[in-house]
Amino acid sequence: MIIQLTRTTTGEISTALLRARRSAGSPAMGMVLTLLVVCDEKEYESALQAAMEAGREHPARILLVVRAAGRVAALDAEVRIGEGTPGEVVVIRMRGPLAAHPASVVRPLLLPDSPVVIWWPGKTPANLAEDELAGLAQRRVTDAAAVKRPIVELKLRAETYHPGDTDLSWTRLTRWRALLAAALDQYPARIQAAAVEAERGSPSADLLAAWLQSCLKVKVTHKTTAGPGLTAVRMTTAAGDIAITRPDGLLASYAVPGQPERLVALKRRETTDLITEELRRMDADEVYAHALLALQDYTKTAPAPQTAAAKRATAKTASARKSTAKRTTAAKKAAPARRTTKTASKRPTTRRSAAKKAASAAEAATQPTAEQAAADQAVDQVDQVVEQPTSHVAEQPAEQTAEQAPANEGTT
Amino acid sequence: MTPPLTERVNPLRDPRDRRLPRIAGPCVLVIFGVTGDLSTKKLMPAVYDLANRGLLPPGFALVGFARRDWEHEDFAKIVHDAVKQHARTPFREEVWRQLSEGIRFVSGQIGDGDSIRRLRDTIAELDEARGTGGNHAFYLSIPPGLFQTVVDQLREYGLAEQRYGQWSRVVIEKPFGHDLTSARELNRVVSSVFPSSSVFRIDHYLGKETVQNMMALRFANQLFEPVWNNNYVDHVQITMAEDIGIGGRAGYFDGIGIARDVIQNHLLQLLALTAMEEPTSFEAAQLRAEKQKVLAAARPAERMDLHTARGRYAGGWQGGVKVASYLEEKGIPRTSTTETFAAIRVDIDNRRWAGVPFYLRTGKRLARRVTEIALGFKRAPHLPFSSTDTAELGYNALVLRIQPDEGVTLRFGAKVPGTQMEIREVNMDFAYGGSFTESSPEAYERLILDVLLGDPPLFPQHEEVELSWQILDPVLDYWASLDEAPESYEPGGWGPACANEMLARDGHVWRRP
Repeated sequence: MIIQLTRTTTGEISTALLRARRSAGSPAMGMVLTLLVVCDEKEYESALQAAMEAGREHPARILLVVRAAGRVAALDAEVRIGEGTPGEVVVIRMRGPLAAHPASVVRPLLLPDSPVVIWWPGKTPANLAEDELAGLAQRRVTDAAAVKRPIVELKLRAETYHPGDTDLSWTRLTRWRALLAAALDQYPARIQAAAVEAERGSPSADLLAAWLQSCLKVKVTHKTTAGPGLTAVRMTTAAGDIAITRPDGLLASYAVPGQPERLVALKRRETTDLITEELRRMDADEVYAHALLALQDYTKTAPAPQTAAAKRATAKTASARKSTAKRTTAAKKAAPARRTTKTASKRPTTRRSAAKKAASAAEAATQPTAEQAAADQAVDQVDQVVEQPTSHVAEQPAEQTAEQAPANEGTT
Repeated sequence: MTPPLTERVNPLRDPRDRRLPRIAGPCVLVIFGVTGDLSTKKLMPAVYDLANRGLLPPGFALVGFARRDWEHEDFAKIVHDAVKQHARTPFREEVWRQLSEGIRFVSGQIGDGDSIRRLRDTIAELDEARGTGGNHAFYLSIPPGLFQTVVDQLREYGLAEQRYGQWSRVVIEKPFGHDLTSARELNRVVSSVFPSSSVFRIDHYLGKETVQNMMALRFANQLFEPVWNNNYVDHVQITMAEDIGIGGRAGYFDGIGIARDVIQNHLLQLLALTAMEEPTSFEAAQLRAEKQKVLAAARPAERMDLHTARGRYAGGWQGGVKVASYLEEKGIPRTSTTETFAAIRVDIDNRRWAGVPFYLRTGKRLARRVTEIALGFKRAPHLPFSSTDTAELGYNALVLRIQPDEGVTLRFGAKVPGTQMEIREVNMDFAYGGSFTESSPEAYERLILDVLLGDPPLFPQHEEVELSWQILDPVLDYWASLDEAPESYEPGGWGPACANEMLARDGHVWRRP
């Protein structure tokens, strides 16, 4: 049953839910959690699909909060019950000034007592702790790989980590980590070094490398390959490498010193799978927190081999970092004002588009084609993370990007 | 070969990291009697499901042993088809490729030295090719009469040896003997070769999940424990009903009967889990200790003639199908006195349960397939309502549904809306399937994984098996001493009249599950 409600209120949505549930014979009584999905119109279709499929395993009330275009405050809703999911789905579209106060709409619709999980399939607020909807949830699921600059995003997650946060780039690693741990169960040798190979810009690869480095206390190198996703992990022991290589994203080969090479199924997982795994646990993932912390150390120690050109670039960004650090604190102070400027957003449009140009220029600068520079890209991007909050408020000085762009000109 | 290494903590393991499953080490699973129904419908799909969930090691090998003229490829085809048809999780080509690399078949006969030698060579080849490092599990999906032969041969050909850094385990299925003496004999045979920690007895009716669910319900909650005793509980009914007949199992079933088949292991295990005290920890040994204590305190009712009942299904219509009576089933002699329905009362002589009868019943061709434990509570000592108000109020009941639709039901009285004062019983339902994240793995998946991981089994060890026989043997002896055949009952009902009379004597009524 699908009930469309236009120009509605939370009270009407609640009534519609109750009515729909009654007429369907109370099918949704065992719901275990409320899943909040925050997205925009573009991400809506795929997010709804993934959430409903995850809902098949976890009967949940799924609230899909869609930021829709429009100047006049309006609330439209669509209640779905018994439409291929055991729980309830409510699609909530908010327009105009109302979109700035989503919690006021969502709060009355949360299930009593049971946990609330929030998931951003795409763009995520810069600081989860300050987000109104994030504050309602025990668990906050982000996906660094879904945004334009994943490694920057992940670094941001590391800086703003709060217990209860998780990123799907960590969930994607579970099978890899399980296999690696099992390999060391079987072959408990001392690891002397390790290497992670993955396609460029894979946040999972960075996390995995950081996690390995902090657990094994050895240097973990990071190599870029054609992908897809992670392609190999090697752990060097005195007798040879423990290696798991997966060139095709499906079937991996597993090698341990002194033993024959074997195959192991290691398929890249669907979003539904990942969300299902996330919903399985409602407490904070301390190991993820640890890995994020390790990621900060990992990227600081810059493990990838460097060319002279890349070194120059790093030095530059490093010096830039000092100045941006000052700006960040300034931006933080300005942060509370951010939301209001966003909603009353007529005035800054010109400034914003300027900033957009600057940002895309910066982006182009960070996508060098030369192999060595690519290897160093992670470091490059990570350094830019500091600038992220500033660019968000559209106050990034143009001269900085201008200064950066020519440095990498030859590579684009 | 893995060099002998000193014990080291795995740096990648963190007790807080609950995402990481334990993956079994490389090993060979040898299935004897691989052509059986159980093997194609349960074992092979379970192996695949484990692989699909990423719980099987990369170096896993499956060896089938049976009296067929098959090549490895023929056997792989059988496994492939079995998996496609019966696996719980979707079929994926890459998982199959991982598995199929390690599938072998040994054609041979139990008791034949050449066959076992071939099996040994195949296993040795796998140890080399798959790096399984001498870790072997033997699944005996064969009649118990052959256990001795197989186990002796495994020893003779060095396949049962427990070497350092390697393991060799054996899995046996119920029935664990057919009375106390034979159970002891069986245990002697198996334990002469395998230490008790390497023997895994499976009761596939009772998955580990179920056991753990019951433990969680009883011991993780404050709500139930205070009333879980003879102050509040009036009686307990444990039911396992099947809607099917004996099918093609005449040879196995006739002469054994349903009491041996179901009550001895399954129902008495459920009774033990319901009635036991809280274990000091959830280690397998502690759990077993508590179960043994309560089983040792349990005994059948003194008057067998009053507190036991047995029956045998007659022919007739069941669920829209005409079905044959037990005596008309293929392979059953006319003179058979084997029961297909059994009900007994068990009393537990301890402080918690003295005076609370436990009624156990099981049968074939009953109305529907269901397993449940129902705790019937005493009535409220005083009802401030008139008797007409509460005419439809029975007793409060807490029902643990084991299958199908595992969950918990609480029955209590509620006022009928709009009436002046009328109280009727209502259900409060909880279903694992409705509130939980994943479908429970099959009992076999858990068991095979436990075997491969070497997790101490939650399944009964021989002490419990023997205690169970001590409870059941007097009943079986009494039934054997009777001249008349078991009472007939209509198919698709809830058993013979004598079962109802048995409860009526104590002033109770069987629940309709």
